[in-house]
Amino acid sequence: MIEILSTGGMSTIQDLGRHGYRSVGLGVGGPLDALAARAGNAMLGNGPTCAFIEVVLFPFRVRFTEECRIAVTGADSRTSIEGRPVWPWWTLTVRAGQEMRLEGPCGGGVGYVCVGGGIDVPAVLGSRSTDLKAAFGGFEGRTLRKGDRLHCLPDSRRAGTARLGGFGVRPPLVGMPKGAAEEQPGATPVRVLPASEWDCFTPEARDSLVTTDWKISPHSNRIGARLEGPVLATERKLELLSHGIVPGVIQVPPSGQPIVMQCDAQTSGGYPKIATVIEADQWRVAQTPPGRSLRFQAVTLQEAQAAWREQCDYLHTIEQASRWAAGTS
Amino acid sequence: MTEMVGPYAPRVSPLGCGALLFESIEPFGQTAQRRVWHVANQARDWKGIRETVPGMNNLMVVFDPAVAGTEAVIRDVLVAWQQEPPAVETGKLVEIPVVYGGPGGLDLAVVADHAGLDADAVVRLHSQATYTVYFLGAHPGFAYLGGLPEQLHTPRRAEPRLQVLQGTVAIGGMQTGVVAQTSPSGWQLIGTTDERFFDPAAQPPALLAPGDRVRFVPVGIER
Repeated sequence: MIEILSTGGMSTIQDLGRHGYRSVGLGVGGPLDALAARAGNAMLGNGPTCAFIEVVLFPFRVRFTEECRIAVTGADSRTSIEGRPVWPWWTLTVRAGQEMRLEGPCGGGVGYVCVGGGIDVPAVLGSRSTDLKAAFGGFEGRTLRKGDRLHCLPDSRRAGTARLGGFGVRPPLVGMPKGAAEEQPGATPVRVLPASEWDCFTPEARDSLVTTDWKISPHSNRIGARLEGPVLATERKLELLSHGIVPGVIQVPPSGQPIVMQCDAQTSGGYPKIATVIEADQWRVAQTPPGRSLRFQAVTLQEAQAAWREQCDYLHTIEQASRWAAGTS
Repeated sequence: MTEMVGPYAPRVSPLGCGALLFESIEPFGQTAQRRVWHVANQARDWKGIRETVPGMNNLMVVFDPAVAGTEAVIRDVLVAWQQEPPAVETGKLVEIPVVYGGPGGLDLAVVADHAGLDADAVVRLHSQATYTVYFLGAHPGFAYLGGLPEQLHTPRRAEPRLQVLQGTVAIGGMQTGVVAQTSPSGWQLIGTTDERFFDPAAQPPALLAPGDRVRFVPVGIER
């Protein structure tokens, strides 16, 4: 069992989301940074439906009442167990009675704590994710609080069999060096694919989209990252019919200030869509805190697909490493 | 990328590499929407398709790019789009009691001004029409309704409100509906209802389904 000792708030139980209900208006939800969450589960040999803890505000402290295999991924949350530091993107076995502390990333960002077997909360409509907007799923449909006790499902790789000391994987920035977008100081590079109304925007707007350091507004949340910068205008006023949207879509309301839809995005929208953040880079938006900036780079569909395959290969490599470490390959 | 196939070929655009939006070029209405429902129902069962999401005169198809190729999805949808959709049976009729105006209907005057009418006339027009559920979206249980009288068409707000309460009746462009779960919205708010539209413990979880008909029954006007 895992007891929550303290939390900065906004931390929830998630899995990879509630799929199949978009047509009744229920979005997928799931983690802000699905790459980090999937990597954490892969390091443990967990199946894709295993639930984990998403930590948004810090410090976050828990006590384990029994031996437990864990993996900590996402932003470098400066994690320690009984005062001994744990490397980021590391998996190890925690002993009964030990306390783990996530101090929080220096620059902001979201952390993930995955456990062998996954967190045991009831699946609602096929998922263990917390839906904060509708207040159901996860742990009582709400954020975690001090005193909450989380149970784990049976761990298929029994605790204690892992090779001593655990192992780590390269975080995506190091593990996918080709990661196209060139790292630059200041703004987080994010690749985008032109979307349905790209041609309806003025040439200046299309140029601004990829030449501006877009500051993330403090009004951002799990639904969308609201951006601040030059006003993006369409050639003429558009009144669109409502249509399906997915996380990553960049909507531009009449204010001209773009919104990057995130994991809790509505299933449909009506504002012009200038571009979509490619699947492989959505985690970069999630890990950029308010006050910091994004710099967009336009790519082709082929480039977006190649980036997605690269990310699948990266996760596959982690699954292989995990099997090796468990002595099952 | 889009090859024109037949007279009804929709406009196609990618939303990332795992979703495609198909927008009908037919005039917006029940005939075109039946085609959207028909393609959505078919494509749902194809290999690699995760979800089909009907919109207002459009269809979003979400797929696994590792299983289904973009070009193949486009080709198959365009073929299905040419088929004659079967006539659908009329869905159930749902009556929704509404208090128009007041603190929950802050924009009743905005809609009235835009239409050049008084509030009473707006309420009369809005509640005399019978609406058809075109699709559910935006948030759980929210039904987009076709059939809003043209005089009441009102543009969305320049800046969406961060929180609009569950049960709010609203107008956005040529559409109307009831906010089923407290959420951000850019629509014009004209009234409130106590009806519940989504329950995760119920099967199906949503009160309304595409094809259902809806009527708003005024139970009061607040100024």
